[in-house]
Amino acid sequence: MTNSGFISRFCSIRNNTVVVNNKTEFFRPDEKPEKFLTGVYQHFAIQYPKFYKMDILSKLGFLSVELLLRDTGLLEKYAGHKTGIILMNASSSLDTDRRHQESILDRANYFPSPAVFVYTLPNIMIGEISIRHKITGEGTFFVRERFDASFLVSYIRQLFDTGILQCCITGWTETNGDDYESVMYFVEKTDRPMDGIANFDAATIQKLYDKVK
Amino acid sequence: MLADKTGIRLTRDEKIAPGPFYASLLDTSMLQDQFATLDDPGKFTRFEQLALLSVHSALSGAGIEPADPKTLFILSTTKGNIDILQKENERKFGKERVYLWHTARLIQHYFGFRNEPVVVSNACISGVQAILTGARLIRAGLYENVIINGTDIITEFVMSGFSSFKSLSNGPCRPFDKTRDGLSLGEGSGTIILSKNPSHIDSHVIVGEGFSSNDANHISGPSRTGEGLFIAIEGVMKRSPVTVDFISAHGTATSYNDEMESMAITRAGLQTVPVNSFKGYWGHTLGAAGVIESVMCVYSLREKVLLHTKGYHDPGVTNPVAVIDKVIHREISHCLKIASGFGGCNIALLFHKK
Repeated sequence: MTNSGFISRFCSIRNNTVVVNNKTEFFRPDEKPEKFLTGVYQHFAIQYPKFYKMDILSKLGFLSVELLLRDTGLLEKYAGHKTGIILMNASSSLDTDRRHQESILDRANYFPSPAVFVYTLPNIMIGEISIRHKITGEGTFFVRERFDASFLVSYIRQLFDTGILQCCITGWTETNGDDYESVMYFVEKTDRPMDGIANFDAATIQKLYDKVK
Repeated sequence: MLADKTGIRLTRDEKIAPGPFYASLLDTSMLQDQFATLDDPGKFTRFEQLALLSVHSALSGAGIEPADPKTLFILSTTKGNIDILQKENERKFGKERVYLWHTARLIQHYFGFRNEPVVVSNACISGVQAILTGARLIRAGLYENVIINGTDIITEFVMSGFSSFKSLSNGPCRPFDKTRDGLSLGEGSGTIILSKNPSHIDSHVIVGEGFSSNDANHISGPSRTGEGLFIAIEGVMKRSPVTVDFISAHGTATSYNDEMESMAITRAGLQTVPVNSFKGYWGHTLGAAGVIESVMCVYSLREKVLLHTKGYHDPGVTNPVAVIDKVIHREISHCLKIASGFGGCNIALLFHKK
């Protein structure tokens, strides 16, 4: 077993609040998820018009990674195929599944759309993030009832130890109706990061996840 | 398969599509009769019946103790019980049944697996990714046995979606063929048990290196250069430079997929290696495909047979690859399974005969 890695950055978007490395960057209460996320996109002056075509899960994942990596130069240190994206949630792509199902409820008013249907897979969010940041390493999506810190740590450590990845974006990105929650970490295999915040272990990522709940 | 039969046929089912369509569907009454030998079909959804039957038959005689703390269950699926979104199914089975974690839990409890199950939902590479995940968790020393089930069913949800993409074939799909015009959907379930314990293993096949990658190019179209799949194949071959005896391709029979795959195979220098696609036999089974097709890879290795690509007649890709067009019996030691899916994901995984 080699070193277990380091968490360099941490970003959460939940309770209508954006937190990056323990610092609250944005807060706008009483807005529905979709409106709040558009507000985040505008507030941080992100320039990526494809954002508006994404479904809510992809919007949440996309923004989390934007703010996780913003002005850090972290990705530039690594080859695209040595960078991975390993994400997890409980509801898969259920919000968009419901939208697609509504479009086929009535045979007299039948309008399934490829632009909606493509988002009925949770790993499309990983595809969107990969395109945005030219990440060509492993992108895997897991579903579990609750955030499972130890599973993610075991899985990613194995990828580090076997030399498949050198760094990884990981975390929990969940949307379901009016509920949403994203907690993302940037993890590096190196044991001496420039400005890392903590060791990459299950107890630490669980603690960071629990923090602002 | 040896008799060149296919499950794909012209079907009419108002519950799935307004008009006739080609697909490989399981006969409902046959499924229920079969399931009745296990449990009451009224209590389980179509998806659950399929998955439970498959896991049950894989576990029979395997000598695996589900309650063993070193045993894990992994479910691979894209849509699970998606038909619960239809009101009558929601009323019958309850809202919660739609969640993939719930489905995995139901299977866990049915067999008495101790550990909380994992669901892999990674579009069309889910099945191969689930096998690779299981192998990695065993290699990391976390588990000794991993049971991987891949299941998907064909519903109006899936049929209308692929139809809106105009990616469905007008007849049984014809992978890598000059006249191919799209994919055929299929439903099914497959189970693979990985074990560290030699007494549980009778296949004489081991899971080798695997590598996943992303095209970082488009969410619904494969890369024109085959870049992502090439990275995956190269990632595997660098770590395990064996002479591959055959490639089990994704081979959906859409114009873009087969073109992209043959380009990636050629770029990796494997264009003379015999390659087949199983999609012509039972269609594209989505999240189940990687597991079911890997079962066939294990069969090929064990039975020393290269199965032909049903539906293929004339070369139809820019980079010619060695598509298997008739059954060949011969010794095979190393098989490369590849798959690609929406979201730009790709995977390559080796199977070796001991």
